[in-house]
Amino acid sequence: MEKEVLILAIESSCDETAAAVVKNGREVLSNTIYSQIDLHTLYGGVVPEIASRKHIEKINQVIKTSLKEAGVTLDDIDAIGVTYGPGLVGALLVGVAEAKAIAYASGKPLVGVHHIEGHIAANYVEHKDLEPPYLCLVVSGGHTHLVKVNSYAEYEIIGRTHDDAAGEAFDKVARAIGLGYPGGPKVDKVSKTGRKDILAFPRANIEGCPYDFSFSGLKSAVLNYLNSCKMKQTVGNNLNTDNERQIKHSVYETVFSGDDLIDPEQGVTVADVAASFQAAVVDALVSKTMAAAKDLGYTKIAMAGGVASNSALRAGMKEACEKAGYSLYYPSPILCTDNAAMIGCAAYYEYIAGTRHGFDLNAVPNLKLGER
Amino acid sequence: MSNILAIESSGLTASVAVMSNGRLAAEYTVNNKKTHSQTLLPMINEVMKALELEPGELNCIAISCGPGSFTGLRIGSATAKGLGLALDKPIAEVSTLKGLAYNLCGNEGCVICPIMDARRQEVYTGAYEFVRTGIGENYEIRENSKKDSVSDFEMKTLITERAVPLTEMLSELEKLGKKVIFNGDAVPVYKDIIAEKFSLEYSFAPETLLLQRAASIAALGEKIFLNGEAKDADVHTPVYLRKSQAERELEEGRT
Repeated sequence: MEKEVLILAIESSCDETAAAVVKNGREVLSNTIYSQIDLHTLYGGVVPEIASRKHIEKINQVIKTSLKEAGVTLDDIDAIGVTYGPGLVGALLVGVAEAKAIAYASGKPLVGVHHIEGHIAANYVEHKDLEPPYLCLVVSGGHTHLVKVNSYAEYEIIGRTHDDAAGEAFDKVARAIGLGYPGGPKVDKVSKTGRKDILAFPRANIEGCPYDFSFSGLKSAVLNYLNSCKMKQTVGNNLNTDNERQIKHSVYETVFSGDDLIDPEQGVTVADVAASFQAAVVDALVSKTMAAAKDLGYTKIAMAGGVASNSALRAGMKEACEKAGYSLYYPSPILCTDNAAMIGCAAYYEYIAGTRHGFDLNAVPNLKLGER
Repeated sequence: MSNILAIESSGLTASVAVMSNGRLAAEYTVNNKKTHSQTLLPMINEVMKALELEPGELNCIAISCGPGSFTGLRIGSATAKGLGLALDKPIAEVSTLKGLAYNLCGNEGCVICPIMDARRQEVYTGAYEFVRTGIGENYEIRENSKKDSVSDFEMKTLITERAVPLTEMLSELEKLGKKVIFNGDAVPVYKDIIAEKFSLEYSFAPETLLLQRAASIAALGEKIFLNGEAKDADVHTPVYLRKSQAERELEEGRT
């Protein structure tokens, strides 16, 4: 029987303080997440200094809870895995310094993990049959990548965004239509009651880069549409002056619901705008993923990252994959969001491949995928 | 029997020290460009190796807990918290300003005023004095005594720590009416302003005592540990003395 390998993983690259214990890269014994989202909602996005302060305050409790829930002690752990990039440098540093100190004091090996490799590895938890090679669409607030996963340790980016990340576009549009932060889940929710074909927003194609993405044009199209509605002076009904004042003073709070009218003349609601925008994002993500799979001969498609839990993206990708006869994999929502279980999975494969980091491991905010 | 590991990473210097039973067993200070994140733990590792100490033999981690560089403080704090968690040992939180003042322990009859550059035309500062409580008799066996390392002097706080414009602090100091010794990284930045504005007698600490040193954190941390005032590592968090920029802007926008 193979020896069991237990990884204690730590993740603090953005606004979630997380720790997990993972067995043999695929079995999650515990997955503890302290989310700071309520703190940042006030500011309409993650404030790095506030995130870092919260990380240092909570990190020990999160790690202890994780060990306790897994029913293990530090003595049982074989290695410490930690996200060292990419992400917010101040936030990353808390997890990295903590992980290094634990590794030093307990005499365990230290394994630094790339955050995106973690997101990709999240797929291994629920899909025991999934093994490289496969094609993975990584979509989150900070990343939009099409990645060839050649082996457990070899990743190659073949498509990337030229401007905004998909999740970023969700946040910006959600803010503009008064849905507040975080944009992804809010747009997803109201879109269910909206008409996705009522507004024709653009799907960008980039000359010479068939697998690359661009969302800034789409975002501008949405903003232009919103402005044109305002210019028509039709912003009446539900968008009263109180609401407008609120928007000016606190653009970050939720001020509208899906039923509020954006263009009363045409009967277009907030939900319609959200649904039409979301459809444009999903179309771009699905069509480029399918094109790459076809061109490069992949039949296994995976998705990862926060936006991978978007219901329209899941449905759209599922339909396309079924039509093409491809298998599709994606993690449950709890493993799509930033978490440490995924870092534990990735750390396991790094660990058995012999990766060890020294006590001089630094946080690398712009760490490239596949860089060692 | 106590081994205290002290960590100081609040400013330009990365510094590590070990105090064993009231004896400064090691101090390692680096003032270079490399980030604390890369240097701190390798420094701890080297100091411990030089002393042939195992991490498990430490009784307490003393940390320079702020004020200072937010990121620098957190690198030190996360390191201390990680050690505390893995070793199940407490953390002695030592004010960075008190640590700086302790560099000048033994200067009687005057005020010690550390000034740290806090940017935005402010300094992190406080004022302290050392009062003699004996001569030599306290330098005896420490093995079984609860005495801290240098107990010939008691450190008193005259002005509590704060972030203020230097000129405001200078007027506060003038009210104390005593000679002042300044140290801290803001000395080179503000020495001309002090010369121009300060009416009392003053001097600046020499280079060797100017900046943060872990030996001072170790000495003060030992006292905290022996008094049973060290904290559970889980609850330790740095003392910033200042809100984040986003919080300040939000408050200003709302008032």
